[in-house]
Amino acid sequence: MTGSGWRRLHPLSPIVRGGRVTIGVGTLLLVSLLAGGRGTQNSIPEFVIAGLVVALGFVTWIVTRWKIDGDDLRIESGVLRRQSLRFPLSQVQAIDVVRPGLARIFGVAELRLRTGGSSGDTARLAYLAAHEAEPLRARLLALAAGAREHEGVREHDGAPPPPPVAEEHVLTTVPTGRLIGSILISDVGILAESVLAALIVTAVLSPAAAAGVASAGAVWIFTVLTLVWRRFNQEYRLSLAEAPDGLRLRSGLIALSAETIRPGRVQAVRMVEPLFWRALGWCRLEVDLAGKQRSKGEGQAERRPLRTVLPVGSRALAEQLLERIVPDRPPVQTPPPRRALWKSPLRYRMLAWGHSDTCVATTSGRIRRVTVWAPLEKVQSLRRVQGPLQRRLHLATVHVDTAGHSVRAAIRDRDTAEADLALVELSELARAERRKKAR
Amino acid sequence: MTIEQVQTGNWLPPSPRLLVLRRLEVAMLTLAALIAAGVVAALGHTLIGLACLGGALVLGLAAERFVSRRFHAWGYAEREDDLLVRRGVMFSRLSVVPYGRMQFIDITAGPLERSFSLATVRMHTAAAASDARIPGLEREEAARLRDRLAQLGEAQAAGL
Repeated sequence: MTGSGWRRLHPLSPIVRGGRVTIGVGTLLLVSLLAGGRGTQNSIPEFVIAGLVVALGFVTWIVTRWKIDGDDLRIESGVLRRQSLRFPLSQVQAIDVVRPGLARIFGVAELRLRTGGSSGDTARLAYLAAHEAEPLRARLLALAAGAREHEGVREHDGAPPPPPVAEEHVLTTVPTGRLIGSILISDVGILAESVLAALIVTAVLSPAAAAGVASAGAVWIFTVLTLVWRRFNQEYRLSLAEAPDGLRLRSGLIALSAETIRPGRVQAVRMVEPLFWRALGWCRLEVDLAGKQRSKGEGQAERRPLRTVLPVGSRALAEQLLERIVPDRPPVQTPPPRRALWKSPLRYRMLAWGHSDTCVATTSGRIRRVTVWAPLEKVQSLRRVQGPLQRRLHLATVHVDTAGHSVRAAIRDRDTAEADLALVELSELARAERRKKAR
Repeated sequence: MTIEQVQTGNWLPPSPRLLVLRRLEVAMLTLAALIAAGVVAALGHTLIGLACLGGALVLGLAAERFVSRRFHAWGYAEREDDLLVRRGVMFSRLSVVPYGRMQFIDITAGPLERSFSLATVRMHTAAAASDARIPGLEREEAARLRDRLAQLGEAQAAGL
């Protein structure tokens, strides 16, 4: 601890920050130590590298400091290129506590302040002692609320500023059994199972061939297993809670993450119902957020722009959650004209759309059914597209562009007149929504 | 606003010099192909050379037709609250981009465009899929459009 309120991060933070590099260096050292019994001079370069890395980590730690200065959070770092960041707390959108696997081992946690702006600027305090993180978060949130009140900044969604200690009540937690079951019958799961089954069958028929296949396709097998594992790891015990400042998402088996989604940040919501899930009445709910979520050094779980709110659950539960995320959802019912069957034979059964005054909903998908809800106040632009085949059939598609990255809302293969009407109507409604919000 | 207004609104075309530029590009490519075919014919493979010559000519004419149809499909209309941009022959597109959603505008001009004193104006929104590009505007018109869009965008700016 230094004078005038400046504080340092946790001393172990460079090690945790290094993540894979740390593990790599550690392994390198271990290997050279084990092998070093015979040729000691060989391992000298390794030790030099390791020493350099440790020294570098120490220096970064010693020059990085932070403090709360009035209504700002200030972070200073860097040796050659000194960087001094000042984050006005009144602009803070959410504060997340993230704990990757290594951080949990060392008992530290990262505090991440999300500010507005599409560049996705985040103030990271990586890492703090785990027991300090939560109180600091509460304190910063309280300061942020105070700062907002002080400056008279009106919340753009009109919600009152969050109280100092955010109370939350859990809406759902995904049971582990159901999560495993759902992954087993999902697209990735089925791929993994067929790969494993094929391997076992070949192994039974001829062990020699199986060994060949396994080594040849090792990369593919590894990829598929990683996908399955990642899904499980991210969605393990995912729980959704309602807090005054938004929906709070916690999940993770090894890397724990906690994140708050403010209602105003949601650009689009989609519900995915894969083929086999439909038989069980299960679905998956994902939320698309604005801005680049790919800040440097963010954990695996934070890199995807899509946030899974509900990995697997019944329709009724999904409806209940949707009610909180996008109120006033329109019914999705009008099917496209029958001639659209010529253009999208596989999609035809799934296509439909609907809109209310505040929201547009579309469904699509070939094997799985994907329903997308986009609030009209978030619509960035509208596009009417007509391809050669569509022109022949007098059909057109209207795309609804939002600032999200992964969810695409498109009103596919409608009658030309209907598409034109939708374009006009939606742009009018979107304008009305924008005006309402600006006022 | 009605659909008729969208279809028959105050549409402005790009500069006619864009068509000249596009035709010139096609002509240059065709000429290069014709010369190559001529060389082949002169080197003794007369039949192949002549076939290539004919092929290049036909392709060049087809490209000319394509380019001019594409040129005539371009259009933009400034309305009270949004910019309309239409384009495309095979895939016809019509974009409605509200001024308030504009993040920034850029004007680009390649070497050929510059020698025709033309520029491309592009309006960016927070959605990557938004498609509001108007090519081949005369320089003054491009500057006017940029200033007007910036002004309107500022007046109507809406958050994310």
